[in-house]
Amino acid sequence: MGPLMQGVLTIFVGVFGCVAYYYFSNLFLDRVLYPARGDDAGRNINRANAVRPWLFLFPALFALSLYLVYPVVGSFWRSLFDRSGDAFVGFQNYRSLGADPEFRSAVVNNFLWVLVVPAASTFLGLIVAQLTDQLKWGGVAKSLIFMPMAISFVGASLIWKFVYANDPNIGLLNAIRGAFGAPSLDPLQLPFWNNFFLMVILIWIQTGFAMVILSAALRGIPEETVEAAILDGANPFQIFFKIQVPQIMGTIVVVWTTITILVLKVFDIVYTMTGGNFGTQILPSYMMEYMFRDDGRATAVAFVIMILVLPVMIWNIRQARKELR
Amino acid sequence: MEHIAGHKPALTWIVRICVTILVVLWLIPTVGLLVSSFRDRDDISASPWWQAPFPAEQTFATRIAGDAVQQADGYLLTGDIHDLPEANGAGRITAFGVSRSAPTGIAAGDTTDLPKGGTLTVHPDGSFEMLTPEAPDAKGQRLYFAAEVPPEFTTANYESVLYANGMAQAFINTFTVTIPATIIPILIAAFAAYALAWMEFPGRGLIIAGIVGLLVVPLQLALVPLLRLHNDIGIGQSFVGIWLAHTGFGLPLAIYLLRNYMAGLPKDIIEGAKVDGATDFQIFTRIILPLSFPALASFAIFQFLWTWNDLLVAKVFLPSDSESWVMTRKIADDLLGSRGGDWGILATAAFVSIAVPIAVFFLMQRYLVRGLLAGSVK
Repeated sequence: MGPLMQGVLTIFVGVFGCVAYYYFSNLFLDRVLYPARGDDAGRNINRANAVRPWLFLFPALFALSLYLVYPVVGSFWRSLFDRSGDAFVGFQNYRSLGADPEFRSAVVNNFLWVLVVPAASTFLGLIVAQLTDQLKWGGVAKSLIFMPMAISFVGASLIWKFVYANDPNIGLLNAIRGAFGAPSLDPLQLPFWNNFFLMVILIWIQTGFAMVILSAALRGIPEETVEAAILDGANPFQIFFKIQVPQIMGTIVVVWTTITILVLKVFDIVYTMTGGNFGTQILPSYMMEYMFRDDGRATAVAFVIMILVLPVMIWNIRQARKELR
Repeated sequence: MEHIAGHKPALTWIVRICVTILVVLWLIPTVGLLVSSFRDRDDISASPWWQAPFPAEQTFATRIAGDAVQQADGYLLTGDIHDLPEANGAGRITAFGVSRSAPTGIAAGDTTDLPKGGTLTVHPDGSFEMLTPEAPDAKGQRLYFAAEVPPEFTTANYESVLYANGMAQAFINTFTVTIPATIIPILIAAFAAYALAWMEFPGRGLIIAGIVGLLVVPLQLALVPLLRLHNDIGIGQSFVGIWLAHTGFGLPLAIYLLRNYMAGLPKDIIEGAKVDGATDFQIFTRIILPLSFPALASFAIFQFLWTWNDLLVAKVFLPSDSESWVMTRKIADDLLGSRGGDWGILATAAFVSIAVPIAVFFLMQRYLVRGLLAGSVK
């Protein structure tokens, strides 16, 4: 059986299985377990209504605990064992990470990514949102800048290879250098700066995301505040930076943190462009180097990433709880 | 802002120019990829893609041989350069030469002396006259010339990528991974979202907070323990494994998006239905699901784009043989390595892999934007 047939079958089994589960478990609850008749009718209805939410939630909670909660614990536990997974080594994996110069350079680079990419994407997104909102064809411009969001990181990396390539007949950057009479060089092998050339790819992808959300936030600003500023003689720059931006600060923070989380997870760009060579290693790509070879190390790196994400996670949860109240 | 800008035409123009520059900057890389995918391998290395619409100049090397006509002052050989061997594709001749050190030293239309005596004239239209004191030998006279090559676009790369490079298999595999991995989590998430939005039970707030927390858990954590789990229960690295994995990883966003949307639906409808005696199951399937279509569509697009574009999960949860490679893996691990210099093939493969998500993006952009706006924690 080919995987395609298997896929069709899975859709059927999955969809009908789910529907059958919800339908029959619901039926079982109402008809067999706590039927709404006889002496206990009233109490049974209440009982059934207390159980029902858990019936609806069960598959989701089960999948979430298995695929996201268990791995947090499982990965941490695995990171305390050696390469083969037999011998308990305590925090040895973390100690050898600390001693590995490549890991340290990955941490430094990742720090640079976290510093630069969210800031640049959010700033550019904000500018583009503000500028395009004033134009008749702004919608078209927006959707073109938003488009890279649909492209895979691998595809985007390949697209940028046509900008960074060493051969001036292929690489746009070297063609421009050539036009000014400068010799060709490989941007991806320039120590330190190559990190920034890789970041440009992610900024190219993420600016559209920032733009869409910030543009909606800008449109949500009460008109009176802007009009009052105009009456008071504020110039467009003052209106933008002193009236509009402070009012959407909350959204800016959300966009910023969302992109920060993404930066900590994306390994595709570094993997495709340089394979982590020439001093461009970051944590997610560093982890993939050990994946399948030394699971103890790989899980240790993954857990380091988890710790870096933790503050954002806690902040998100607190925001969500505030909103629920 | 219209009325402010209206007073300052200069500012409006600056805005227009800035936006134009930004859009062009954003589009250039993708356009380069698209143009390159329609170019021949030789063309790609001969001239940059932005010169593709214009004729390029290319240097050819060939030999003039043939039967010469004896005349009073020697032997005359005439003909057309375009009929000579290895002159395929040449257009107007711009320059020529007879020595390797100066292959294009003489402008077309001029006459040059041959090293062994005699003269050679080459006209821009390709016709030439060679006058030699002795009959030319069978080997012929070496001739270099530069000619304009008209721009040429070909779909050969697409044929080669789709039929010969295993990309077709990868395309099917990507679809096979994507469709179940998009449909199954929607159903599971919809029921859970309804329970979290409209049913009262203890611990509801805690579960919602937990799901918000799970939104940001790095996938990297899940790889090792889950692959081991899949191996232990017999799924191993397989399509079933990747469907389950994508379902699990997609659920937090799905539940979060759908819950936010469902919680915003008008209370009157649901309470009215309850008063009329509808059960929770009926309310969900008859009222909530149809009304939530926009949110379901947003999540479906998200999950589709994410699973289609994913490399990490496919690398870990699918078998490593080339039969089960998805397109991202095919490009990253195979084409970039083995065909690193074949830019035409690379560009085409990349374009094939991004064509479907881009089509989905432009067709369903409305839903995607709505999903983004609902999905970012406000």
